[in-house]
Amino acid sequence: MTAPSQAVLRSWLEQMVLIRLAEDKVMEIYMQGLVPGTVHLCQGQEAASVGAIGALSVDDWLLCTYRGHHHALARGMDLEAFFAEIMGRDTGACRGMGGSSYVIDASLGMIGSPAIIGAGIPVATGAGMTARLRGEDRIAMCFFGDGACNIGAFHEALNMAQLWRSQVVFLIENNQYGEYTPFRDSTALPPDAPIAHRASAYGMAHTVVDGQDAIAVHEVVAQARAQAVAGDGPTLIEAQTYRYRGHSRTDPGAYRPPGELDAWKERDPIGILAARIGASGEVDEIRERLQRDVDEAADRAAEGPWPTLDQARNYVFAD
Amino acid sequence: MSSQTESAAPGGAEVVTYREAIRLALDDAMAADETVLLLGEDIAKAGGPFKTTVGLYDKYGADRVFDTPIAENGFCGIALGMALTGLRPVTEIMFSDFLPTAYDAIAMELPRWRFMSGGQTSAPVTVRASGGGGGRFGAQTSSTGESWFLQFYGLKIAVAGSPQGAYGLLRAAIAHNNPVVVFDHKAMHLRKGPLVRGDDRLAEVGKAVVARAGADVTVVASLLMVHRSLEAAEALASEGIDVEVIDISWLRPLDVATVAESAARTGRLVIAEEQYHDGGWGASIISRLATAAAPLATPPVAVSMPEILISHSPPLEDAMIPSAERIAEAVRSVCR
Repeated sequence: MTAPSQAVLRSWLEQMVLIRLAEDKVMEIYMQGLVPGTVHLCQGQEAASVGAIGALSVDDWLLCTYRGHHHALARGMDLEAFFAEIMGRDTGACRGMGGSSYVIDASLGMIGSPAIIGAGIPVATGAGMTARLRGEDRIAMCFFGDGACNIGAFHEALNMAQLWRSQVVFLIENNQYGEYTPFRDSTALPPDAPIAHRASAYGMAHTVVDGQDAIAVHEVVAQARAQAVAGDGPTLIEAQTYRYRGHSRTDPGAYRPPGELDAWKERDPIGILAARIGASGEVDEIRERLQRDVDEAADRAAEGPWPTLDQARNYVFAD
Repeated sequence: MSSQTESAAPGGAEVVTYREAIRLALDDAMAADETVLLLGEDIAKAGGPFKTTVGLYDKYGADRVFDTPIAENGFCGIALGMALTGLRPVTEIMFSDFLPTAYDAIAMELPRWRFMSGGQTSAPVTVRASGGGGGRFGAQTSSTGESWFLQFYGLKIAVAGSPQGAYGLLRAAIAHNNPVVVFDHKAMHLRKGPLVRGDDRLAEVGKAVVARAGADVTVVASLLMVHRSLEAAEALASEGIDVEVIDISWLRPLDVATVAESAARTGRLVIAEEQYHDGGWGASIISRLATAAAPLATPPVAVSMPEILISHSPPLEDAMIPSAERIAEAVRSVCR
């Protein structure tokens, strides 16, 4: 595994800034009444997705979650299609049938983003089985949160993934809260043990990584990917990170202890990567430039037509 | 196998058991398409708890026939992931009563996945389940389960009423590009009937089958009730009542047209169903015909399960599951 080049690291920094700006924009257009339903934002978690997706090949499959805007953008989703989907327009990535929770582009290998907690974990395991059965240099990358580690699908899928050596990499974005509840209040673990510790029950490789450090995340995902493709089984990675916003649009996050948010912001993933590559002085310029892209994409998306019921009917069944 | 199944049945048909028809459908589907693979509990080396996969592990190998842990939701989700990436998995759920353990995968993920993506993905998964009473198995292993998924639009649902149905419906489901749940009935497994196999013997999706043509009364049935309705029809023939029996075969799409055409001819309609009436496919048929103002001579009658649960105690189970006599009595009642 070669370390990412300076040019690649620079592109990651731009992606992370883009994700941050896009999420802020989603909040802004939500307040303008342009977004139906609710949204689950990921400011603060950019490094986990950018570092992980940076370790993938173009053929790899991704399973994302309802807090998945950063996965979509890190994988290179078109910005206008992203915003249009969130606004429920026919020009959206999912033709307006999905929305914020479900935004995927299958042409980029994103094969699903279920809103049901943990539902993507077996699905990723199955995709990883396809790769194994066909002998392909390909994996399924499965993102989920700390809250998904207590549902049956997590345990059922990890058991079968290890049993059958599925070519899958599991990545927990542990943002410290399952909805409104600190993960340790809902997750039985030995004192101070990470959630990833649970993989040992299945004889599965596991590791914990600083989720605010894109380079560190990249390194463990690249290693896990190589292990999976070699037929040596999946890895459960826990990226420890933080969600700057509340669970959903209506949640101010008042349950968080005073000072916690500020302490995490001291370790902001954009600042960490910028410092690592000596680009701290350029972040403002990057932000200014990408802000224009974001604003223009959102403006164009808002012009998109609404889908019709006849179109919706056609998306239920394949021919 | 062949010595048991080949016979001198007319029209090139073999005579096989219903469960052998299921096994042959899986075998022929796997031979026709190398992306077809099977997942289920005890189905590989052991040949399946209901012997519906005997020999397939030896023939197709460990990469096509998987013994799963007892984890239905997990392996149905795995099947979805396989289907999204180019395979055609078939999952076996043993007893229909175990379907609710996989409700998320079958009811919430499989039918909605394609829609949520705006048609970017497709999920050709077949979920097989053996259900129904008569085995004295008690409350948690005797349901047909056939109507449980009707409100989960996005699934297609098939019910096998004969060996030919078991074969053709399963082949059609596996070849179909959408998720299909295929129900069979445990009490039919050893019942024999004619079967014509082949890649041209896939059932037509959404098409009911007229199991017996008749002029006086239309009986619509599924699974074991098809057989019992045919028995009732034979008994009623000696009383001068000519019964048409429709094996509904698909609950989604529901072939209302075939039923409506028959009922318009006979003017009399009986539903025979091994389930509670409310919320089931039988109630849907009556509703569809009523809203279309079907010209029936007498009100339709449904022969269904009484609103009690199934016990393993023989007289109690027998009282729950509609008999040929109950169906015959319902037919007589609409003829009066």
